[in-house]
Amino acid sequence: MRIAFISLATGTLFGAGLALGGMTNPERVRDFLDIFGDWDPTLAFVMGGAVIVMAIAWRLVPRMAEPIAAEKFHLPTKSDLTPRLIGGAALFGIGWGIAGLCPGPGIAALVIEPAAAAIFVVAMLAGMGGVRLVEGAS
Amino acid sequence: MSLPGFPDAAPLAGLAGGVLIGLAAALMLLGLGRIAGVSGLAAKAVGLGGSGIDRSGAWMFVIGLPLGALVVMLASGGIDATFANPVTLAIAGLVVGVGTRLGSGCTSGHGVCGVSRLSARSIVATLTFMATGIATVAVMNALGLKVL
Repeated sequence: MRIAFISLATGTLFGAGLALGGMTNPERVRDFLDIFGDWDPTLAFVMGGAVIVMAIAWRLVPRMAEPIAAEKFHLPTKSDLTPRLIGGAALFGIGWGIAGLCPGPGIAALVIEPAAAAIFVVAMLAGMGGVRLVEGAS
Repeated sequence: MSLPGFPDAAPLAGLAGGVLIGLAAALMLLGLGRIAGVSGLAAKAVGLGGSGIDRSGAWMFVIGLPLGALVVMLASGGIDATFANPVTLAIAGLVVGVGTRLGSGCTSGHGVCGVSRLSARSIVATLTFMATGIATVAVMNALGLKVL
């Protein structure tokens, strides 16, 4: 119950931040990526604000024996720079640039422009499913 | 407030939105001990792998995203948004879906959570998707491909 509540609160805060910061407007996102054209730096402020708050949060983790509402921390431990990581990130960036949407804003935009956002989200899930299919459900 | 030289920029709204996103990610980290990565949580919710949180928690997070946007929409009287045409959205979504699974994350997991942790993988991933995102928009503009 606590997990469900914290997850919902996290998602809601996150979605509000995306909308307030302008990330749910693909035009603004593409204008941010358009550094050779009429550049809009707004998203640098979004990223900066989020990273500063999270940098503080990370400093608190070593002082905590366990998370507030869970038995232990489950954090990524991988440190290797693989072709898969870099190739995947490169592909993601291309998709991000094409329509100005990444996963969070795509899902959040379901209440802003339902039809357009739904096309993006369904296609995204299909892409995720495709990777799963090719690699096998391990 | 506007930024000198950038009449269209919204730095204060951007910063406020960023702080909210940071607080959300901090709540997930300190509350549940997990990374608030949207691509991983979305994959988890629909049963396509993803992060270790249980599926109902992943669903709650995913449902929260549009809820939060709805709150801002109602409070501000509307959100400006211009979307690409359906074919472009479908292609972009497919590429984003494949890329985020192969690359183990997106703007939130790598760009916010990983970069702030100074994770080498996330910093490299973020620099990579920023570079290809910038290149994609530049190439599309050079080719005269207007999608918005």
